[in-house]
Amino acid sequence: MDWKRFGFIALIITVLFGVVVVVGQAKQPPLLIITSMLATTIAVATPLTLGALSGVYCERAGVVNIGIEGMMLTAAFFGWLGGIYMFQIYHMDAMVSIVLGVFFAILTGAIMALLHAVLSITFKVDQIIGGTVINILAVGLTGFLNRQLFFGKGSVFGGSVPASPGVLPTIHVPITELFTSICGSSAACLENVQAVNRVFDQKPIAMGAILLVFLSHYVLFNTRWGLRTRAVGEHPKAADTVGINVAKMRYANVLIGGMFAGLAGAYFTIESVPSFEPLLTNGRGFISLAAMIFGNWTPIGAWAAALVFGASQALLINMQIYRDVIPPQWAFLQQSYIVGLTPYILTMFILTGIIGRTTPPAADGVPYEK
Amino acid sequence: MSESPIVLEAKGITKQFPGVLANDNVNFDLRKGEIHALLGENGAGKSTLMNLLYGLHKPDKGEITVNGKNAIIHSPNDSIELGIGMVHQHFMLIPVFSVAENVMLGDEAVKNGSLDRNSVAKKITDISKQYGLDVDPNALVGTLPVGIQQRVEIVKTLYRNAEIVILDEPTAVLTPQEAEDLFRIMRDLTARGVSIIFITHKLKEVLAVADRITVMRAGRVINTVKPSETDSAQLANMMVGRQVILTVDKQDHEAADEILKVEGITVRDQRDLETVHNVSFSVRGGEVLGIAGVQGNGQTELSEALTGLRSPTSGKVTIDGKDLTGKPPRIITEAGLAHIPEDRQRHGLVLSYSIADNMALCDYYHAPFSSRGVLQPKALDENARKLISAFDVRTPSAFVNAGKLSGGNQQKVIVARELSRNVKLVIANQPTRGLDVGSIEYIHSEIIKMRDRGVAVLLISAELDEIMALSDRIAVMYRGQIVAIVEAKKTTREQLGLWMAGAHVQTA
Ligand SMILES: Nc1ncnc2c1ncn2[C@@H]1O[C@H](COP(=O)(O)OP(=O)(O)OP(=O)(O)O)[C@@H](O)[C@H]1O
Ligand SMILES: [Mg+2]
Repeated sequence: MDWKRFGFIALIITVLFGVVVVVGQAKQPPLLIITSMLATTIAVATPLTLGALSGVYCERAGVVNIGIEGMMLTAAFFGWLGGIYMFQIYHMDAMVSIVLGVFFAILTGAIMALLHAVLSITFKVDQIIGGTVINILAVGLTGFLNRQLFFGKGSVFGGSVPASPGVLPTIHVPITELFTSICGSSAACLENVQAVNRVFDQKPIAMGAILLVFLSHYVLFNTRWGLRTRAVGEHPKAADTVGINVAKMRYANVLIGGMFAGLAGAYFTIESVPSFEPLLTNGRGFISLAAMIFGNWTPIGAWAAALVFGASQALLINMQIYRDVIPPQWAFLQQSYIVGLTPYILTMFILTGIIGRTTPPAADGVPYEK
Repeated sequence: MSESPIVLEAKGITKQFPGVLANDNVNFDLRKGEIHALLGENGAGKSTLMNLLYGLHKPDKGEITVNGKNAIIHSPNDSIELGIGMVHQHFMLIPVFSVAENVMLGDEAVKNGSLDRNSVAKKITDISKQYGLDVDPNALVGTLPVGIQQRVEIVKTLYRNAEIVILDEPTAVLTPQEAEDLFRIMRDLTARGVSIIFITHKLKEVLAVADRITVMRAGRVINTVKPSETDSAQLANMMVGRQVILTVDKQDHEAADEILKVEGITVRDQRDLETVHNVSFSVRGGEVLGIAGVQGNGQTELSEALTGLRSPTSGKVTIDGKDLTGKPPRIITEAGLAHIPEDRQRHGLVLSYSIADNMALCDYYHAPFSSRGVLQPKALDENARKLISAFDVRTPSAFVNAGKLSGGNQQKVIVARELSRNVKLVIANQPTRGLDVGSIEYIHSEIIKMRDRGVAVLLISAELDEIMALSDRIAVMYRGQIVAIVEAKKTTREQLGLWMAGAHVQTA
């Protein structure tokens, strides 16, 4: 990642935030708008960040994974379903069911990834086809099971969706408490601190995703595992000649990638909202791949790019809040479908390579044959 | 030497690849502290034998002993464990990694869970000092010249404490100076008890540095001899199984009109450094212009600029009167260029395509290879068969992927494709790199035949012998400039050598 790239990212985020500040200042003070935008950006960027990390692990090891979308969708479904089973059928505690749901989601991601690994590493099937298989399978499987289990006559849950155990709670970071004495009796000061505090009060997967970004960056560039992973993605034969088992490294990384995609799936149905609907990932897996590419296959770069997409989604959400105060000359911003296009337009824009081209690992997508 | 103990022995090794018996009951041994040269024509099975010793492939039959003990080698891990190190014919380095990262890969130094780059760098510096192998542990490998990359490969084996080092055609990509350096390093190593297997096609080198020489042909060992008991002609004869003419038969020939005209071109490399400064020359039909020079003096960028792989920053290139400056390769190819690129695997071949497809890579979209946009397998096949037999490409069939061929046979596929087309100009960059003496003889005669037909030939080569043997005129490149252009007959090796080293500028 070069500074030009980070500068570009900072610029776009500033523009997106600026639009909301300009529109919303009639209703809210700028600080409040910026902090709430930031909080939303970080939250909604979570699945994109995790999806991009999933891609980074796979592709750094030389396996192209366009099946992240499908892995997320399947994981979102089974994580949610697992939570419901634990809660409704086994009468477990709601919190325990939720945590087990996350676990199921990760497991589902890993199983889907195993399928991709077997196809692309063992059977050397074209990796784009392998990924497509997973995407199609995911749509079909989740759609079918969703119908069979919950809707219509003879369905397992008798035609209605039972209550799920709910969503993961927000974790409060006690910044306000820390500052109360400093602010003293100044209400304005306290209000500002509370606004800033909101950026840090995130849910566990969102927080975990950021930790995983830095952890992954460290692992990839400073550990034996990372060195070997990058080696098999750059020049598998060279890795082979120094005694590294190429297939094993690739399998492991694809499985890790699947677990990340699974966790991203859990975000949708266990952290964001406690429900599932068909096709709910809505292309987020593909946008993750764009973030990975724009981030030049590095975890921190991919995260920064994911934040851009997060910000554009936050723009959409906030525009609905400030709908009634949008100035008439900006009336087009009331059209949510126009604002909703931003992430997709950004994707196309970013992938044109205007900000300089990025280089994938040299053996990305190439099966290894001795 | 013959008293020292045998450290490695291969007995009755047999290896069958689809359609090729690559090793046929091979016996080979290596003594402690010796340099044992392995000779043989392209596809004789040298690399295969080494890959078996190194654990990259498994032999079908036979056994290997190391230090007298039966060795079970299933993977490079096993051979590394046994103290065997190998420098491969095509380097096994990762360009985007640093020297230290490349060296430690697979045997990483780890402190508190993270890579200990400093201790590796220190170990590399120690090895560098001990054996005179100067390398910067922090340099990015992709930015290093091949000669230094090779040192990195050797450091890699020493880092793993290898006592047996296999060098598969290490000198093919080196300049004569770099090769001299390598021989010094090899002698240093053997003086410290390291044993070396040295593969090469250059008979002079073998006679100069080897303690023993084993010759292979068609998967079999023909003989093992001492350098003092043999000479180049006899070795060539053993390799190829017939008499080889080691000099080129070339008659004087009247040159015709100018075909290639280069006027003041300047080229920058990928690091944006100007490596060719204001170079002008021309090549006429029916003449061979040889460009001599130590590698890395701008020859690569010059030939890339002439063939469309890189745009010159200024100047003009015309072929037969047509301005082709900065045009894409296809346009230049259509204007009548044949190009034998320096890096066969990167610019010459699609390794995952069949030989037949590779042989039609320049004109697959024309008749007879295509008809109304559809490829004609019969025409492709026929063309391939013809070229395979004419250029003696050793392969079981035309459908084998180019990547499965031996290094020299990959080169022959490119040479066959390029020299068989109807062209006006040939730009040949290291055309015989990695070829055996028999093939060199054939390709040299083909190049002379093209010249006699009135084709203009620009020959770029690091082999002074090759330049002297083929050229009508010789240009010397030094630091991105042509410092001299002379009639081949009116110069000497010594004079060229002086110019190549940067002595006094003169044009004749
Ligand atoms: N992986 C492989 N699969 C199939 N055939 C192979 C493979 N590797 C080598 N061969 C075949 O085995 C034969 C011996 O090849 P090898 O690479 O050992 O030759 P070599 O003596 O090293 O030649 P060169 O001097 O050209 O490098 C060749 O005919 C080659 O086509
Ligand atoms: Mg070889």
